[in-house]
Amino acid sequence: MDYFLTEEQKEIVEIASLVGKEKIVPVMEECDENERFPTEVYEEFAKSDLCGVAIPEVYGGLGFGAFEQVLVVEELCRYDAGIGLALAATGLGTLPILLMGTEEQKKKFLPGIASGKTITAFGLTEAGAGSDAGAMKTTAVKDGDSYILNGSKCFITNGGDAHLYTVIAKTDPSKGSRGASAFIVEKGTPGFSFGKKEKKLGIRSSSTREIVFTDCRIPKENLISREGMGFIVALQTLDNSRPGVASQALGIAQGALDDAAKYSRERIQFGAPISSIQAVAHLLADMATKTEAARALIYQTAKMIDAGCKNFKKEASMSKLFASDAAMEVTTNAIQVMGGYGYMKDYPTERRFRDAKITQIYEGTNQIQRNEIANALLKEYR
Amino acid sequence: MNLIVCVKQVPGSTDVKINPETNTLVREGVEAIINPFDLYAVEEAVTLKEKFGGNVTSLSMGPPQAAEALKETLSVGVDEGVLLSDRNFSGSDTLATSYTLARAVKKIGEYDMILCGYQAIDGDTAQVGPGIAEELGIPCVTYVKKIREVKDGVVILERMLETGFQVIEVKLPVLITVVKDINTPRLPSLRGKMKARKAEIPVWTAADIACEMDRIGQPGSPTWVRKIFAPPQKTSGRMLSGEISQQAKEITEELKHLQLI
Repeated sequence: MDYFLTEEQKEIVEIASLVGKEKIVPVMEECDENERFPTEVYEEFAKSDLCGVAIPEVYGGLGFGAFEQVLVVEELCRYDAGIGLALAATGLGTLPILLMGTEEQKKKFLPGIASGKTITAFGLTEAGAGSDAGAMKTTAVKDGDSYILNGSKCFITNGGDAHLYTVIAKTDPSKGSRGASAFIVEKGTPGFSFGKKEKKLGIRSSSTREIVFTDCRIPKENLISREGMGFIVALQTLDNSRPGVASQALGIAQGALDDAAKYSRERIQFGAPISSIQAVAHLLADMATKTEAARALIYQTAKMIDAGCKNFKKEASMSKLFASDAAMEVTTNAIQVMGGYGYMKDYPTERRFRDAKITQIYEGTNQIQRNEIANALLKEYR
Repeated sequence: MNLIVCVKQVPGSTDVKINPETNTLVREGVEAIINPFDLYAVEEAVTLKEKFGGNVTSLSMGPPQAAEALKETLSVGVDEGVLLSDRNFSGSDTLATSYTLARAVKKIGEYDMILCGYQAIDGDTAQVGPGIAEELGIPCVTYVKKIREVKDGVVILERMLETGFQVIEVKLPVLITVVKDINTPRLPSLRGKMKARKAEIPVWTAADIACEMDRIGQPGSPTWVRKIFAPPQKTSGRMLSGEISQQAKEITEELKHLQLI
């Protein structure tokens, strides 16, 4: 489908594709196998200016928006979703500052992120607080000009490898969800350490780690917005990041479709390419349709964000829900088309299949997305 | 440092056709790329600029579409590109090309180093780099695999040989041709790509660089190509087996039969 990309948007895709082909492909299998964070590939993202795409020019970025960020994440994840996630999760960790940070915070932190020197992460989830984020236990107690953080966050993408963490903690546990606040914590701050590094089914080149606060003192200047705004910051961040995780899923789906379609034309059975067998061709047709529908939904949602629409919550959830379910289905069927070969590690398809699963789970499970969509939808019929 | 890097646009495909009348390559309709060896020269020039400051100009002689090759150099950090394009340049051999490029270098004026790929993948002559240096009357070092040091108007280079390398100290200005061991060319950046798209590449004609007309294009090219042809495909050899003495006998018979011994 032609989305009538501008010359600049085409160049963004071209550069991301070039980085994917030249820098991700040579290391992706090894990173997946050894669960290694691709630091050197992130440096290539930086050199190619991909880290600053969605950061305003005044803070050292290229001044593009959500749509261009989506294009970058999709293209990188078409090669490897774990490696592409390093950039996508930095986007997530940056959003609280970008959306609700003070001018001083933006000036201090955004140039480093735009240049690719600073990798970021977002810390909301806790062992006992997944979908029920309000159940979080991490606290931040004001002490003079500082806040003292205690507690831990789990499953933090880029955990350990990120230099900057935007973290939600309870400043007033008695107020429930209104008692949370958002903070910026720099790696190396005394009392801030890293716990268990997770071993995972997919996105294995992405680091997923526990982050731990033990009397971790941070300056009050690192409070994002005001006390009590923590959940607002978190929800706005997640609304804005959903097209990002959706585009990760889209990249996975497109990659799997590419694998399977190419394979079907080369694989000879019964004296002809298997693409000539209607049962196979129909699988491919459904895969392509789902992938394209996901793309159209994501692109249009990103354009709504860039156009300044205030209310895109429903569409953001729809994008994430549809694209991740599509990615799971498309990768499953890609392996089906490729049969035994698709199941083996000789092709990247089995990795895409493993990577797809997380997109249905993180940044709000698809069940939570359905809740969000239904809530927004039913409000329209009130 | 002011640096000039010479690039050539070459066919990106091995499926090249030859015009039987002119015995030259048919370039129309063939995907064009920057000669891969020139990319190492571009990278080295940009690296030197980043280290010592200054300016990098890329220079190419070719048809108007060769401006694309120059734009590509801008996307990886070259400051400006200059295209030499004129109908009178067509049919240039390596001598006429060297002369023409040297004229452009003179027009550019101040420079410390000229960098070229050691040869182009289409002609494989490796003559244009040294030809430019000769025309300009400056030293030339070929097959450079490393620039060790640049200081006080002198550069120390490592020059690749078949059995090791030579260390050469040479005064600036100098022309060097580089081999691929010298660096890893960077990928274009987004900012570079956008700058390149907007860039206007100035086009200089023979008149702009004050060429003597009998030294450019076909009149300035003493090379006479008698015939260009695809070499016959090699057939696979025959493996001999059995006793060594028997094999020796067989091969001797065969060579005698072919009247080679």
